[in-house]
Amino acid sequence: MSTKANLETLPRGLQIVLALGFLALAAFPFVGTEFYAQMVARMMILSIFAMSLDLLLGVTGLVSLGHAAFFGLAGYALAFLTPAGVPVSLWWTLPAAVASSGLAALVIGFFVVRTRGIYFIMVTMAFAQMVYFLFFDNKILGGSDGLYVNFKPEAGLFDLDNKLVFYYFTLALLLLVYAFLRRLLWSPFGRVLAGIRVNEHRMRAMGYRTFGYKLAAFTLAGALAGLAGYMWGAQTGYINPELMGFHMSAHAIMMVILGGMGNFAGAIVGAFAFEYLLEWFKDLPPFGAVNLGKHWQLWMGLFIVLVVTFAPRGLLGLVDRLSRRKGPSHE
Amino acid sequence: MDVANFLIQLLNSVQYGLLLFMLAAGLTLIFGIMGVVNLAHGSFYMLGAYLAWSLSSMTGSFTLAIIGGALLSILFGLMLERLLFRHFYQRDHLDQVLLTFGLIYIFEESRSILWGDDVHGVKIPDLLGASIPLTENMSYPVYRLFVSGVCLALALGLYLLISKTRLGMKIRAGAFNRDMAEALGVNIKLIHAVVFAIGVALATVAGMVASPISSVFPNMGSQVLIMCFVVVVIGGIGSVRGALISALLVGLVDTFGKVLLPAVAGMLVYMLMAAVLLWKPEGLFKQ
Repeated sequence: MSTKANLETLPRGLQIVLALGFLALAAFPFVGTEFYAQMVARMMILSIFAMSLDLLLGVTGLVSLGHAAFFGLAGYALAFLTPAGVPVSLWWTLPAAVASSGLAALVIGFFVVRTRGIYFIMVTMAFAQMVYFLFFDNKILGGSDGLYVNFKPEAGLFDLDNKLVFYYFTLALLLLVYAFLRRLLWSPFGRVLAGIRVNEHRMRAMGYRTFGYKLAAFTLAGALAGLAGYMWGAQTGYINPELMGFHMSAHAIMMVILGGMGNFAGAIVGAFAFEYLLEWFKDLPPFGAVNLGKHWQLWMGLFIVLVVTFAPRGLLGLVDRLSRRKGPSHE
Repeated sequence: MDVANFLIQLLNSVQYGLLLFMLAAGLTLIFGIMGVVNLAHGSFYMLGAYLAWSLSSMTGSFTLAIIGGALLSILFGLMLERLLFRHFYQRDHLDQVLLTFGLIYIFEESRSILWGDDVHGVKIPDLLGASIPLTENMSYPVYRLFVSGVCLALALGLYLLISKTRLGMKIRAGAFNRDMAEALGVNIKLIHAVVFAIGVALATVAGMVASPISSVFPNMGSQVLIMCFVVVVIGGIGSVRGALISALLVGLVDTFGKVLLPAVAGMLVYMLMAAVLLWKPEGLFKQ
């Protein structure tokens, strides 16, 4: 896989930009309208999802095209655990939903992690599609219409029904997951995963049983995607098979690539940028007789093709390159 | 299940399997020779079906539509290869995945702009409209046999092209050792363009001949793409023979699964894939 610079250590400039970004997120509800605050909360949820994929994509070098399956599964878990008439406690449903996604990732990972390269891409996509059709085809599991989550989970200490509280709860989770993953990246475990990305054969020659490490990464990434899926279900109150579909998985890859992979900060930036663009394309005003917004897929498709052709290292990479150009460059 | 019913299901599964093979063969060739993973391969199938519908209603002849569509698809394939794919042969699989995912959006939306989002039926040509009676109330449509025949003929043609012709020899040489083949004077860029165009044409023709059976609808490419992935994974990437055998296997499992075990039919093919992965992680016929 790629040995491109992954910005594993973030340059001081980027660190400052990120800290300012987090501050802006904390201040946003006081500045923006409620509508936009909800949109930002959704972007934060997707950031968690994108970071979980980055653990596979950017750190371990595993291109998973089925990551959305674990995102959707936890959302479904919340939908099943929430009774029709009363809210359910956050404190056991959140771990249960995350665990169910993690368990699914463990089982699927057991099959997919033994493959590599293009096989891994195809097989993750196929298994995710299997999960998709399991829910799509069975009426008991909600079928093609999906399921409603009737109530937001009940936290006891704070009230998630309050949109402001939900916003800050999501922000806290985002910071927590980011801090956890940054820590993990520089832990011995994270170093082994990075070693696998750079040269798996060499890691095996050094005596690491890479299968176990890759499976652990796959499971952890699935569980964290589940965390994001749970929050998605709680926020929107609605879950459907499309959340597990391969477009969702591909969007997540796009988020990670757009921001720049392997450092988790890029995944956050990418998730915000991608979602913002998606909304922007969908809201394009009509141009003459042509409704530009209706054809958002065309613009998004062209955008993706342009990005992979011209900026494969993402936005953070671009910023880094531009800032380096000023100083003496040694590339 | 009586004999006639069994025969019908068997013929259906062979027909489905052969159709999958047409797509999987292109996918596996393009990967095996150029090292490109192409998510947009299913879109060629979808475009083929829409081409068959629009050309046959324009010209009034299904045969003309197929011939015209096949020629168009070859041109389209050559153009795509020249403008985009050629620059991605040496890139990461990740970049290829994203590029071709972007292309899916572009193709789907262009289809929506050109032909709309409606479901269409394509009329079976009169010559092939008959059915062969099997019992008093069961019969088998000739058109499905025709589809199997077309796929078989193309599979045979592909086999002869690759293993018996000079061009095929160059293709194999290029797949085996690109630099060496180039040093010996093989125009490898031309070979790549030809292989890519063949892959696109096979998928498009598959979509065209399938259109009277499956009807023509948006997003018809994505489901068939995933099935092709399963076929390629089971057969072993790069192996055309593996793709043929595994496509027939998938056709059998899928068709008979729907009849015998309808509750889990959607999962059976994936379970087959999981079993193969446990046994042979690189597919049955890894080259």
